[in-house]
Amino acid sequence: MATSVTAPPEDAPRTDPSRRGWRRLPVVHQLRQSVGLQRGMLVAGLMLTGLFLLTALFAPLLAPYGHAQLRDADGPFGAQQPPSAEHWLGTTVGGYDVLSRVVHGSRTAILVILVAIVLSLFAGVLLGLVSGYFGGWLDRVLVVVCDAVYAFPSLLLAIVMAIVISGGQSSLFGGILAAAISITVVFIPQYFRVVRAETVRIKNEAFVESARVVGAGHWRIMTRHVLRNATRTLPLILTLNASEAILTLAGLGFLGFGIEPTAAAEWGYDLNAALSDVTSGIWWTSIFPGLAIVLVVLGLTLVGESLNDLADPRLRSRRAAGSADTAETPVVPGGALDAGPGGLDGIEETHR
Amino acid sequence: MTTAATELAAGDPAQEDAPAARSRRGSGGLGSYVLVRFLLIIPTVFILVTTVFFLMRSTGDPITAALGGRLTAEELAQRVSEAGYDRPLFVQYLEYLGNVFTGDFGTTLSDRRPVTEVLTTFGTATLELAVYALVVAFAVGIPLGRLAAYARDRWPDAVLRVFAILCYATPVFFAGLVLKLVFASGLGWLPVAGRASTRAEIELQFLDDPTGIYLVDALRLGDSEVVLDVLEHAVLPAVALGLLTAGVFLRLVRTNVIGTLGTGYVEAARSRGVAERRLLRKHAYRPALIPIITVIGLQVALLMGGAVLTETTFEWKGLGFQLAQYLQARDFVAVQGIVALLAVIVAVTNFVVDVIAALIDPRVRY
Repeated sequence: MATSVTAPPEDAPRTDPSRRGWRRLPVVHQLRQSVGLQRGMLVAGLMLTGLFLLTALFAPLLAPYGHAQLRDADGPFGAQQPPSAEHWLGTTVGGYDVLSRVVHGSRTAILVILVAIVLSLFAGVLLGLVSGYFGGWLDRVLVVVCDAVYAFPSLLLAIVMAIVISGGQSSLFGGILAAAISITVVFIPQYFRVVRAETVRIKNEAFVESARVVGAGHWRIMTRHVLRNATRTLPLILTLNASEAILTLAGLGFLGFGIEPTAAAEWGYDLNAALSDVTSGIWWTSIFPGLAIVLVVLGLTLVGESLNDLADPRLRSRRAAGSADTAETPVVPGGALDAGPGGLDGIEETHR
Repeated sequence: MTTAATELAAGDPAQEDAPAARSRRGSGGLGSYVLVRFLLIIPTVFILVTTVFFLMRSTGDPITAALGGRLTAEELAQRVSEAGYDRPLFVQYLEYLGNVFTGDFGTTLSDRRPVTEVLTTFGTATLELAVYALVVAFAVGIPLGRLAAYARDRWPDAVLRVFAILCYATPVFFAGLVLKLVFASGLGWLPVAGRASTRAEIELQFLDDPTGIYLVDALRLGDSEVVLDVLEHAVLPAVALGLLTAGVFLRLVRTNVIGTLGTGYVEAARSRGVAERRLLRKHAYRPALIPIITVIGLQVALLMGGAVLTETTFEWKGLGFQLAQYLQARDFVAVQGIVALLAVIVAVTNFVVDVIAALIDPRVRY
């Protein structure tokens, strides 16, 4: 009896268009589409990413102390204290609470990711669109410049940018902005290449031709007809870049070019501060911020990987067809980290 | 060579008729390819050197950056004008470009050494580390990738794929810290940091005309204790940096072997009754290695970035370690020089790798 009562409401929404629309949402759709190991990887990735987002959102509630707090009512925390009831993950060499720094660090990370991705998406997509659509000398110059930047160690480029923007030392927003812009410069060529390649392909399609015949302006064709069809591969690059942004931010912080410890908590900085602790066997100051980085990057990479495998039947079929040498390169995360010309050539080639 | 070429052609059905068309052009195709590819280095290096110059200079002159708080305004102005930093930026740029062209990258501000000298002294250490890391990457990535392909969609495959993603998700410096915690300060099996113990370093200095590559020098010295010491110091940094690339190799080999296992000629061999193991070893494995060569070019850039972090973690006194020191000292002339040199290294390596790839695989020379 109970089942007959509960069954109809479960069946009914299946025909409801709003529910169907919900199922077609990017990640939800792929989650339903996936099977076996693939689904496990996607679910694990989504859980880790979700955990990261929740931690960032509720950081002030979750963290027992402030990110730069050195003492409470009972007096100073003390430096390099092992994990205890008051400090679950111990304290750092600077006397901060490790757990609080790790939790607050997720906020810094997510702010940097958001700013970096929004900026690079705007700049990269716009440049790629204009470059691919109009072609000519501007296109050639941009391609050569982006190739050069692309082939360069991204961390070194980020260091140079960090010097330019903040001179190396930073406040909270200055530091976040500096790190984000440094990462942006590294990412722009990636978006540029993908969008440009797609634009070059799409602008020769019949529907663009007919739009032109009807009298649509360049701008309208670019935004309406080309851009909407050129953004297919962006979600994948987005997730992979988010994980890359975290690694670059941590790298900058580790080299002392991140955010001051009093301005915000940043995992890379904490790892740098923990460098000397390791020699004396103090493990809690380095393991926890490091694990935070690994888990977040792992989560984002798993989501990106799974989306790539599921959402793009071209790559999937190419892989099955056997010539994986071009298809695989863009999805190698290590490759994407510094994918270089070969990586996105792969994407370009699939369109030829 | 001919069998390799046929296997390759079979490896990509779309390209099956390509070798016939290419062979008509013969080796002339390779020659012009190499030339064009070589000429492409010039704009790449030029753009990078120019970009780095203007970016670094947009913050002001290096002397103010390095000594800003320590000198009075007059002293500062005098030093700036002595070094010629008060001239128009474009004039300085042309001079810098001319100097770089003749191999002069300037003099460091903090310790007054020619940047080229810094580069030759510490470059060898970075080279040594990069080679070790590549050895680790090959030794770990290729066999495991093959195993994962062989066990496709079974548990070893799942474990290895997660391992590969972990290799990527772990920052090199964190990998280094964990390795240090476990094997150096924990178990005490390996040294914590440095390229050699003090005693070994002193012994190595007695060698006249040292190469700077410690392993080579130690071998020339013929002292087995020093050789062992140098190798012991290299293990942890090489593993930390090598695992990053190993993950990439693992995935690449896995996908490519799975790809070649599904091709027509493997199917044909299977239908002739060739054993599954032999199919994997002889037919599918070798052509799957070729894309690795192309990826090495990209990995060099990754390794250079990783070397900066690894060297800092392990106090490995190479270019990356030195770069971090100069960054701390705000010595931007040195930073600019090292970054420019690394740009040249990356560009040249990519060229060499592309040429090797073209020699092996005729399809590359389009």
